[in-house]
Amino acid sequence: MKETNINETALLTGTDQRNSAKERWSVEVRSAAVRPMSGRTSMRWRLAVGVLSLIVLAGIGAWIYQLKHGLGSAGYNDQAFWAVYIVDVIAFIGVSYGGAVISAILRLTGQSWRAPLTRLAEGTALVTVVIGALFIFPHLGRPERFWEILVYVNTSSPLFWDFVAIGTYVMATMIFFYLPLIPDLAIVNRILGQEDKPMRYRIFKALSLRWMGNERQRRLLHGVMSLVALIIVPLAVSVHSVLSWAFATTSRPGWSETVLPPYFVIAALYSGTALVIVVASAFRKGYNLQRFITKRHIVRLGYFMAALGLVYAYLTLADMMTDGYTGITTGWISQTVTGRYAIAFWFYVLVGEVLPLVVVAVKRFRNIPGLTIASLGVVIALWVKRIVIVLPPVTQPLIGNQWGSYHFTWVSLTITLAGVAAIPLGLMLLFRVVPVMSIDEMEEMGELGSAEQVSEHTLVASELLSVGAPNGNGHSNGHGNGNGHGNGNGHGNGNGHGNGNGHGNAARVSEGEVQ
Amino acid sequence: MRKLSRNKQASVEPNLITQDSCASSLDGQNCQVTSAALAKEPVDEGEKEFSRRRFLSMFGAAAGAAAVIGSGIELLSYRAYAQGLPKTNNWSGDGGMTGSGAADMASTEAPPTHQWAMVIDLGMCNGCQSCPAACQKAHYLTPDQTWMKVFTLTDNDGQTYSLPRPCMQCENPPCLHVCPVHATFRQDQGVVLVNQDRCIGCRMCMAACPYEARYFNWNSNVSYPPLPVASTPEFPVPQKLGTVGKCTFCVGNLNHGLLSECAAGCPMGAIYNGDLKTDVAVNSLGSTVKLSKFLYDNNAVTYKPEQNTHPRVWYILGHGQDLAANAASAS
Ligand code: SF4
Ligand code: SF4
Repeated sequence: MKETNINETALLTGTDQRNSAKERWSVEVRSAAVRPMSGRTSMRWRLAVGVLSLIVLAGIGAWIYQLKHGLGSAGYNDQAFWAVYIVDVIAFIGVSYGGAVISAILRLTGQSWRAPLTRLAEGTALVTVVIGALFIFPHLGRPERFWEILVYVNTSSPLFWDFVAIGTYVMATMIFFYLPLIPDLAIVNRILGQEDKPMRYRIFKALSLRWMGNERQRRLLHGVMSLVALIIVPLAVSVHSVLSWAFATTSRPGWSETVLPPYFVIAALYSGTALVIVVASAFRKGYNLQRFITKRHIVRLGYFMAALGLVYAYLTLADMMTDGYTGITTGWISQTVTGRYAIAFWFYVLVGEVLPLVVVAVKRFRNIPGLTIASLGVVIALWVKRIVIVLPPVTQPLIGNQWGSYHFTWVSLTITLAGVAAIPLGLMLLFRVVPVMSIDEMEEMGELGSAEQVSEHTLVASELLSVGAPNGNGHSNGHGNGNGHGNGNGHGNGNGHGNGNGHGNAARVSEGEVQ
Repeated sequence: MRKLSRNKQASVEPNLITQDSCASSLDGQNCQVTSAALAKEPVDEGEKEFSRRRFLSMFGAAAGAAAVIGSGIELLSYRAYAQGLPKTNNWSGDGGMTGSGAADMASTEAPPTHQWAMVIDLGMCNGCQSCPAACQKAHYLTPDQTWMKVFTLTDNDGQTYSLPRPCMQCENPPCLHVCPVHATFRQDQGVVLVNQDRCIGCRMCMAACPYEARYFNWNSNVSYPPLPVASTPEFPVPQKLGTVGKCTFCVGNLNHGLLSECAAGCPMGAIYNGDLKTDVAVNSLGSTVKLSKFLYDNNAVTYKPEQNTHPRVWYILGHGQDLAANAASAS
């Protein structure tokens, strides 16, 4: 249980008071988005953060152990010189790409249904890119000398360009997260006021750059946002291409493939979209966003994911076809398909390709639980697929026929698990500090929504508020039954909310301090 | 790769020089028009020039039908290599030092008087594993760290033979090009070394080396006896945890007039330490040969020439042995 000190007057500060439907929509959005940020956290939230933090700490402990005892303790050897950590780097930066690109594409194409998803997608991108970049450190034998890359620059090394690309991408992701946050920072400050957390108030005040929401500021922000969204797509493509060239520029069969850059890019998009689905449905449940993120959102993302999955399957085939057919360098292929990596490979085929396609194709499974499970499967299977991309060419013999092998150890598993745990942990902490949905965009979307939708929202809002009051949510229930939805101004593109989830969930929403 | 069945004893013996007008292109006797033209090219900018020459010589040789017997790969053997060499036999560091570490050394050292090379006579090698043992003992390596490694491969007759593989000291070393911090450098005698005080342990070089010649220091549980001198790139003992190591050609030994540990340890005399500049090669049995002629007469080959690494290690093939076939069968 969490005390919320949001009162409605505060929630409504700065909104257009003349329009009651819009007003109610704002109340809902603001309360849902700001609730996790204010007051005390729930027991469950603290428990989750505690457990996740412990896992991350265990990972850091394992890393310290590895620093002392050497990379051999993580299972590495001379015939498996790249393994789990480089896979983690690729996989985490990969999933980050999905978040960033989904958000960017939806922005650029003006999809208004994106509104409840963008913050989650951008937050996921931010958290995962930071984790992915950090995995470079356990990967290195001498992480304390990392700075040398900047000092003894070797521009002919793929790793130098990896460094440049990842560095640029981390910066871009931060900017991409920050820009749409600007209006929200101002809104949050107006809602929560100075007393709640004076420190946050001061920081937000500085970061919101005196945002008033006037026409000039909006136009400026919109312009900059479009520009950044436009830049981040090719930037992310370049990052994953450059990452792939660290492999493709060697002469190892299986890596030295022209298909590798797009292969990496699509893998990143595919797994990233899957992670956005997982994150969206997890936060939908845990943060009571059921009424904003609906089945429709998840299904749309599911279609996008399935399309990417098909492209990825195609690239996988294209990668193996040429080498396999000519038979010149088939060692890595036979080991992948029937040999020592066969289990991992077929796990990818089943869980990473067949399962999501079936789930998306069959109507009975094409719902939020089905798609969430399939997406989780895709995220895991694509990690496994990266193992299959990295390990066969590493362990294959370049002279003679003695294959090498890599074995996971508790060190590498703990550190990888820590990275996995850091995703929800990072997101939960992030959305303790910033709103979980883009309030500004949601309100804008509310304005754009059709009359019918607004009416439904309004109805639900009143339910929410009336049921919510006894739960100690502190929502004073001063609203009537929002029938005055004078906002049917014809902008409606039908993409919005309210496909029936809203009603059923209203009661659950209001129980809602569970974060 | 042309298969040779040749009398080894004759070729090891330096006195038995066959009268061949092309015997030593290093001396400037050009047997082809193309190589005469090519020799006029400037000798600095080693790698680029070399690959260009190599390419041109392939091209020219193909045009001048006279000398062409074999395939394209044939032309990458030492014969073709020698034809592409500068007329004056001038190895004045033109293979060149590369990397900033090398630049440091350049300022303190006189122009090199040696360009180290190695010849391994596969017909002589009986696979006794003495060379890795000697190397590991001298450098306090772990059993996995086979800077010199003897691979067992299959020849064209289905028989096995042994391939000792040191670091090839490539003149165009992929390991060097990919190192993000110039920890790998090529000193002015053509030996590729690792500065273990700079290496960040990214293993990009291990991925890039086509010969699997690099070995990492994975574990901290390696103990060294007290040593009188500090670890240097030339003699990286004790090695540093989390950095990469590899064959150093025992360049310290060579500069003191000694054989490398592997060459000295070979009871068969299969490994020759050579110097391209003085054009001499020596093995543990005391055979001293004129290097260029020795390579030329035996039609010595480099391993995986298609990788464009330009190794400084040449192999003399025994009967039925074919390194090109093995490169492919490896995968
Ligand atoms: S053999 Fe490998 S380690 Fe040695 S110089 Fe060539 S690429 Fe580098
Ligand atoms: S492991 Fe060391 S020597 Fe090899 S590329 Fe990385 S920094 Fe350079």
